[in-house]
Amino acid sequence: MRVRWPPPSYPLAGLIALVAVLPVVVLVTLVGDAPDPFSPYNLKVLLNTVVLMALTVLGSVLIGVPLALLTAYVEVPWRRVWLVALAAPLALPSYIGAFTFYAAFGPGGEIETLTGLSTPSLDGMFGAALVMALYTYPFVLLTTRASLCSLDASQVNAARTLGLSLPMSLWRVVLPRVRNGIAAGALLAAMYALSDFGTPAIMRLDTFTRVIFVEYNAFGLSQAAMLSLQLLSIVGLVLYLESRVKTPHELPGRSLSIWPSRRQSVALFAAVAPIVLLAIALPLAVFGIWLWRDGAEGFELAYAWNSAYAALLAALVAVVLAVPVAHAAMSGRAGRLMERLTYLGFGVPGIVMGTALVYLGLKLPLLYQTLALLVLAYVLRFLPLAVGAVRSTSERIDPKLVNAARTLGASRGEAFRRITLPLTLRGIVAGGALVFLEVMRELPATLLLGPTGYETLATYLWRVYEAGYFGRAAVPGLLLILISALGLVLMLSGEARGGRSVLEDNRR
Amino acid sequence: MKLEVRDLGVSYGATPVVRDLNFTLDGDDILMLVGPTGCGKTTILQAVAGLVPIECGQIQLGDRRIGAADHVPPEKRHIGMVFQDFALFPHLSVAQNIGFRLSNQAPVNHWLNRLGLEPLREARPERLSGGQKQRVALARALAHEPSLMLLDEPLSSLDASLKDVVRWEIRDALKEAGVPAIWVTHDQAEALSVGDQVGVLNAGRLQQVAPPEHCFGRPANRFVAGFLGEASFVPGQFGGGVAKTALGSAPAMMADSDVATEVDLLVRPDDLELTQASASQGQGEISWSRYEGGTRLYRVALDEGGSVRVRVNHEQSLPPGQRVVLRINATEPLTAFPRA
Repeated sequence: MRVRWPPPSYPLAGLIALVAVLPVVVLVTLVGDAPDPFSPYNLKVLLNTVVLMALTVLGSVLIGVPLALLTAYVEVPWRRVWLVALAAPLALPSYIGAFTFYAAFGPGGEIETLTGLSTPSLDGMFGAALVMALYTYPFVLLTTRASLCSLDASQVNAARTLGLSLPMSLWRVVLPRVRNGIAAGALLAAMYALSDFGTPAIMRLDTFTRVIFVEYNAFGLSQAAMLSLQLLSIVGLVLYLESRVKTPHELPGRSLSIWPSRRQSVALFAAVAPIVLLAIALPLAVFGIWLWRDGAEGFELAYAWNSAYAALLAALVAVVLAVPVAHAAMSGRAGRLMERLTYLGFGVPGIVMGTALVYLGLKLPLLYQTLALLVLAYVLRFLPLAVGAVRSTSERIDPKLVNAARTLGASRGEAFRRITLPLTLRGIVAGGALVFLEVMRELPATLLLGPTGYETLATYLWRVYEAGYFGRAAVPGLLLILISALGLVLMLSGEARGGRSVLEDNRR
Repeated sequence: MKLEVRDLGVSYGATPVVRDLNFTLDGDDILMLVGPTGCGKTTILQAVAGLVPIECGQIQLGDRRIGAADHVPPEKRHIGMVFQDFALFPHLSVAQNIGFRLSNQAPVNHWLNRLGLEPLREARPERLSGGQKQRVALARALAHEPSLMLLDEPLSSLDASLKDVVRWEIRDALKEAGVPAIWVTHDQAEALSVGDQVGVLNAGRLQQVAPPEHCFGRPANRFVAGFLGEASFVPGQFGGGVAKTALGSAPAMMADSDVATEVDLLVRPDDLELTQASASQGQGEISWSRYEGGTRLYRVALDEGGSVRVRVNHEQSLPPGQRVVLRINATEPLTAFPRA
């Protein structure tokens, strides 16, 4: 076997990596004539963004860590159902939550209309932080639970025989060892809070993402670009911290089992239920009421079709591009760098990606206001999902299989076609489906880049919110929840196949 | 097809893995390559198969000559290989695995029948047991009618109870196919029992290639002697075809035509006779004993220094600390090495 250099996938993967860097380059050139980046208003936006991020992290840790202990160690009936229900908010785009919370609470909100109970209105910093925490705590839950499950029970048992109570043993023996797991989840929540557009926009909180959108609408492209770069640098900082967090691998052992009494189980259920009720049941109920009251008025099937069409295109392109990138990543150092560069898009908030590509469209009239530009934005943003799926399945293929095929007379190309490709197909399909579902729900980039008159489920929901005809959100809202549910099922089945699942119920 | 390996060298980066390798294989001979972990056994197979590039030397396969500069890709070599964990294609059935790339189904059916795999024709590899996977891997390689077979530790992932059966199944199948084979193992019992030739490797160099009886009885050096079986070395004087030691005299030959009078004589546990002695007599005392079922193994610490291992009938049971008389009872000449 002659070692060929460069590997055959390098040229294409290198090109894809260059395109992935493009948005950042565009922003940097665009920012040139921007006004003062440290004006009092900008500082206020910065403060809002950072406070929202901090509150989100705080809330998600306060909810996520106890739930992680509960789902990892406590032997309650229907454990797996609990876990799936508690992880489900992750699959829902938070703008769905923000929209329905905004509509449900406050004077004249759905809760008051329905029950006569008056509730305080929910908006601004408090509303945004509450919604964010409710939809990001599953990050902390999952990463912490994974760490907890890898711990051996013997230390806790030792602590208890040495006279420490169970809560104290958990606090002093267990939690210090899962600090990194908690940190990993908290940083993911921080990333989400930084880059989400829908929630602050709906809650009318001036964070970077909302202000970028406002500036863009006022044709302040260079102002939007400057804000985008400021946001990107905070994102970069969070990503850097994330790369520093290492999850130490302890030798796996038997993890702790706590057997609660029936009364304790009921109490736990009563404590956990409100979270699921707020995050999942409330949006479903609000959309359900609207559907019953207003029907499908104003909704056109074309919106769903538009979403699906663009999503399908993006998924196909992403999957085709993912194969060479994944191959390059496994071929050598330069290839790994190329793969890392394509991950850039994942860290770029949708609104920032939109701003950069709008400018690109203005410079290249051929692309301006076309579906192609929108699909490019989707691909740049969600390519890492496809690359990750393709790569993880290909890495699991034993290289000996290719060797075996070659000793049986297959050339390099034939071995790839008949062995590697069919074995990777699962990952390719899974990656494509992930991209498809993400694109179906994408809001900010679609708002900025959708051709005139091109309405998707998510943008229609946004227009309905802006126009105040909340009732019309019922059908698109419920469809978006359905799509999210499909995404969750896909994620769970992928986890189950992966073998080293975080969601896997480790019953023994 | 005749295989001739001349001065072969293989390196991974700057680390040499195999050095100065020479051997010839012909007819339907099975060459057992044996050696400790990391000695380069698998690398030799991969080099012959064309899966790793060679650094120097050459491989002559029939009338095709392969050197460092003229590489022949693996698919052009007509070499069959059985991989350590079998490398069955998980997305293909048993019959599709065996018939991979074959248009003629006759050899597929032949080997399916021959190895008792007919009922598993349509099964997927994940459903097979270890022994079944092993047979499919063997059938796959043989159905392609290779002119040389390579087997990389084919028994290592099987249960101990299966190993002995499968060992002979593989040998019979190879003999029926009538091709030469290189079979890599780290198990010396496997190497000695199955092979027509045994090649002992250490640290990337071939120490000896010879028929199994020769390797065991006339080891080329102390490493080979110790690797292929329990070996004790007893100091003595050599002259005129006889070695004199504290345990008596015995017919002997120098290993490798060395010349020396001060020698260490290689004594296997069953070359010795052991009898109980009273407190002040004998040449040493028992330091431990291990019951083996039909036999018993003793370690005896010699008065003049060093120790030997002796295997005796299980009926004779002596406690540690017991003084014993030892006597060499070999009729075949033993092997002597110059005193280190």
